[in-house]
Amino acid sequence: MSKPKVGFYWCAACGGCEEAVVDLHEEILNVVAAVDILFWPVALDFKREDVEKLHERELAVSFINGAIRSSEQFEMVELLRKKSGLLIAFGSCSHLGGIPGLANLFNRESILANSYKEAFSVENPQGFYPQESIQVPEGKVTLPALWNTVKTLDQVIDVDYYLPGCPPPVELIKEALGAILAGKLPEKGAVLAPDKALCEVCPRKESKPEKPQLREFKRPHEIVIDTEKCLLAQGLLCLGSATRSGCGSACVNGNMPCTGCMGPTSRVLDYGAKALSAIASLVGSNDEKEIAAILSKIADPTGTFYRYSLPASLLHRAYKPEQGGK
Amino acid sequence: MSTPENKTNGTPRIGVYVCHCGINIAAKVNVAECVEFARSLPYVTVAREYKFICSDPGQELIQQDIRDGKIDRVVVASCSPLMHEATFRKATLAGGQNPFFFQMANIREHVSWVTFDKEMATLKAKALIAGAVMRVARHKPLEKTRVPVNPDVLIVGGGIAGIHAALTIADSGKKVYLVEKEPTIGGHMAKFDKTFPTLDCAACILTPKMSAVRSHPNIILWSYSEVSQVDGYVGNFKVKVRRKPRYVDEELCVGCYECIEKCIFKKAKFEDEFNIGLSQRKPIYIPFPQATPLVALIDPETCTEFRTGKCKKTCVDACERKAIDFQQKEEIKEIDVGAIILATGFKIFDATRIPRYGYGKYPNVFTSLEIERLVNASGPTGGEVRLKDGGKPNSVGIIHCVGSRDINTNRYCSRLCCMASLKLAHLIKERTGAEVYNFYIDIRAAGKGYEEFYDKLLKEGVHFIRGRVAEVSDWTMTADEEGKLVIRAEDTLIGVVRRIPVDMVVLAVGLEPSADADNIRRMFNISCSYEGWFLERHPKLAPVSTFTDGISLAGACQGPKDIPDSVAQAGAAAAEALALIDKGFVELEPNTAFVQDEFCSGCCTCVALCPYSAISFSADNNRASVNGALCKGCGTCVAACPSGALQQNLFTDEQIFEEIRGVMNYV
Repeated sequence: MSKPKVGFYWCAACGGCEEAVVDLHEEILNVVAAVDILFWPVALDFKREDVEKLHERELAVSFINGAIRSSEQFEMVELLRKKSGLLIAFGSCSHLGGIPGLANLFNRESILANSYKEAFSVENPQGFYPQESIQVPEGKVTLPALWNTVKTLDQVIDVDYYLPGCPPPVELIKEALGAILAGKLPEKGAVLAPDKALCEVCPRKESKPEKPQLREFKRPHEIVIDTEKCLLAQGLLCLGSATRSGCGSACVNGNMPCTGCMGPTSRVLDYGAKALSAIASLVGSNDEKEIAAILSKIADPTGTFYRYSLPASLLHRAYKPEQGGK
Repeated sequence: MSTPENKTNGTPRIGVYVCHCGINIAAKVNVAECVEFARSLPYVTVAREYKFICSDPGQELIQQDIRDGKIDRVVVASCSPLMHEATFRKATLAGGQNPFFFQMANIREHVSWVTFDKEMATLKAKALIAGAVMRVARHKPLEKTRVPVNPDVLIVGGGIAGIHAALTIADSGKKVYLVEKEPTIGGHMAKFDKTFPTLDCAACILTPKMSAVRSHPNIILWSYSEVSQVDGYVGNFKVKVRRKPRYVDEELCVGCYECIEKCIFKKAKFEDEFNIGLSQRKPIYIPFPQATPLVALIDPETCTEFRTGKCKKTCVDACERKAIDFQQKEEIKEIDVGAIILATGFKIFDATRIPRYGYGKYPNVFTSLEIERLVNASGPTGGEVRLKDGGKPNSVGIIHCVGSRDINTNRYCSRLCCMASLKLAHLIKERTGAEVYNFYIDIRAAGKGYEEFYDKLLKEGVHFIRGRVAEVSDWTMTADEEGKLVIRAEDTLIGVVRRIPVDMVVLAVGLEPSADADNIRRMFNISCSYEGWFLERHPKLAPVSTFTDGISLAGACQGPKDIPDSVAQAGAAAAEALALIDKGFVELEPNTAFVQDEFCSGCCTCVALCPYSAISFSADNNRASVNGALCKGCGTCVAACPSGALQQNLFTDEQIFEEIRGVMNYV
C-alpha cells in the first residue's frame, strides 16, 4: 500500500509555522517515513503545475498556514482544496487571521501608500508603486492582487480541522499527525487542541486570587515580573483565561503573559470581545473616571485583544467610510 | 470560525400570532403583511392575526393550534414582555406545551408607538418577528423551581408607615423585625402637634401605636440600628443589622430619667436633635417623653467619660438597675426574612439652598418643621410660638413651595406643605393672635376634608397672597417696617408687588428623598425615579411593589405623602408581604446562569462580579458554580466568562445569535 501523500503551503505568514514543522526534530523522520510529501515550497522544489497534475483528493491531507490576502493565495488554496482529502488550517493566521489580520484596521490603499510613499523609512524617488498589470515591450505582465481585507482560511474555502497557535505547538502537531494516520479524527470543524482555557493548566493557578481586582495595568517592560505569581494578579494583561490551552503554557513558563495565539474555546464566537469583556469585568473600581484611568493604561486595545483574531471577529475589519468597508 | 450548532429536537413547528392591539399596533403596522411575511419564515407552520391576542379567545387560538398538533412553539408579536409574557407563557402551557417554548416580539412599545412612518414600522415589526422565530426555534424546555418562603418580615423605618405595616403584619400572627436608625420610632409624625385637617393631636393617635409596637409579642424592635447588608432573594433574604451601641442596656433600663438628672452636666447644653436644635439635651438623654423604646442613650461625642475617661460617672451611681455600660459594643444581628418593606421616609428641603429667603441669616426665619416643634405642647417652648428673643410675634408670613415646584430646586409638588401650612397658620393664630399671611402659588387641598379646612382658615381671617415670594430681608423703607422682616412678593391677584413686614417668617419646606436613600436602594437593589424617590413597579397598578420581588414600599420613601396616604400605602405593603408569606412558596424563574463544569478553567473572572453572591469557587476541583436559587439571571457573569463555560438559560449564545441573525437576515 502506498504511503499517504501530504502537502504543506504558506500564505500570508511569517514562516514560523514552517519552523514548527521542522521543530519536530528527529520525529520528522517518522513523518517522512509514514507519508510522502508532494508539495512544500519552503523546503522542496515543487511548482504549482505539480499540484495541478495531481488527481482530485490525491493528497490525503494539506496543511495550510497563513492568512489569505491576495488573489494568488486564494487560487492556491482553492487548488489545494480540490486536490486534498483533508485540509487543515495550520497556525493562528489561517485559523483566525493572525498578526497579518491586523491589516484589517486599514485598507489596501492606505497600506500601499504607507509602504511605498509615506513611511519614514521609504526611499522611493522613482515612485515605484505596485500594479496588478503593466505593459512591457515583451507583453503584458500581471501580479497577484492584494485584497482590501485579510481573510481566514475558512472564509475562503472549506476547512476540515484547525491546528491553532503561533506557531502550533509541536505536541499538538504530533497528536494531529497521529490522529490522521490512525484515522481517529474528531467531528469535522474541530480545533485540534484542548477545549478549556489556559488557566486550567497554568503552573501559577494556585496564586490566582479568588476575586481578582485589577487596579492598574502594567506592560511587561515596566515591572520586574514575579516568576511564581499569577501574571494577571501582577497587573499584566494575561489572556490565558480566554485562550485555549494546549501550548504547554509556553509564554507563562517564559515569564510572559499569554497573548492569546491559541484562540478562543469552541463556545466563544468572538475572541477579542470575550477577552475584553472578561478583563474589563475585573477592573476594581466603581468610579467612572477611575475606571477610565485604569483602562487607559491598556496600550492599543484592538491590537491587544484582537492580536490574532481580527479577521475572524464578528466585525472582520474596521469599517470607516473612507476605507470602503469590505 | 464555526458557528454554534443548531440543537433542536426534530424540526420545530412555530405559530406566529400578530396582535392588532385595537389600533395601538394596527394603526402603524401593516398586520396582514406581517402575517404573510411570517408564513415565509423557516419553521413557521401557522401565522394568524387577531384584534387582541391577550383576550381569552385570542389565547384560545394559540391553545387550539397546539392541541391540533399544528405547532409546538409560539411567537406572539404584540406588546412588551413586562405586560404579557406571563399571559402567553400560561397560554402555551395550557395548550400542552412547555411555557418556555414561547417568545414575544414587542411591536407596540418598540415599534408602533415610537415609529412615525408606517412602512418603516412594518419593516421593523417584520425584523423583530423574524428574530423571535429564529430564537424560539432554539428554545429548550425549562422548569420553574419552587422554594419555600420564610414567614418573617423585615420593616426598615419606624415612622408612621413602618409602624402601621409592622402592626398589621404582627397582628396576623407573623413575626416582624422593625429596624429604625434613630433611637426611637415615631419618625416625623412624632414631632407634630396637630394633624390636618381634623386637628387631632398627633401624639394622641401615634403614641398608642408606638407602645403597641413595643409590647407586641410578634414584633422585634431594633431602634438605633441600621441594615448593613442584604443578600438572598424573594422569600429568603439574609439580612445583617448593625445595632449601634447606646451604652445603656436596653433590657435593664426603665426610662426613669434618674441618670439624666444626675449627669455631671447640670445644665443641658448640647443640641437636641429631636427638637431640631431648638433646645438642648445632656450627653445622656431620652429623645422625648414618649420615646419608644423608652431607653436612655449616651452620645459619646459629648459625654465626658468618652472624651476624657475622667468623669465621676454620676449617671452610673444613679442607675439602680446598673443599666449603664460604657463598654457596650456595636452588634451585628443576622436574620432571615421572606419579605421586606422599606419605609425609610424623607428629609426636609434644606432652606439654606434658597438664600434670598434668609434662613440661617435672620434668626426669625424658621422652617415649618421647627414651627411644628414650637407649637407642640411637649416641644422646647411648651407650645408657645416665640421669636428667637423670646418675644411673641404679632405678624407671621408663611411662604409656600420652598424647594417645591421650582425649577431651581425641585420641580415636583411636595403635596402636603399646603395643608401643613394651613394647619400651622391656624395654630399660630390660635396661640398668638398674630396676623398670618400665606404666600402661595396654588392652594392644593385635594383630600378628604381638606378644602373645607381651607374654607375655615379663610373665615378665620388668615391672609392669602397669591404669588411666589421674591425675597425676605431686613431692609426697611418705612417706619412701620423698622425692626421687621420684609417679605417682598407679587400679589398676582391684584397685580402689584407688595411688601409685607412681619415678625416671623415660616418656610414651608418641601420633601426630598432621605439622605441615605441612595445607599439604601443600592443595598436592597431597587431603582429610583429621577428625583431619587424609590421607584414602584408600576405607577398605577403596582404602586407599592418594586422591581425586586419581595420588597415593597410604604410611605414617603416612594414620594411625598401625608399621613393618611402613608398609612394606606403601609397597609397595602403589609398585604403584599402577607400574600407572599401565605402563599408559602415562590417560583424561581429558570433564566438562571449555570457553569458547564467540563469547560470551566477555574479562572475566577466571574466570582466577584455576581451582584447576588450566587457564584462560589471551589479550590478543590478548581471550578466555579452558580447557586440557581440565588441567581437572578442578570447575565453579568455569562457575558464576562472568557471561555464561554458559563451559559444562561433562555439566553444562550446560540439563542441570542440566532435572534440577531433573524433580525438581520429576513427583511
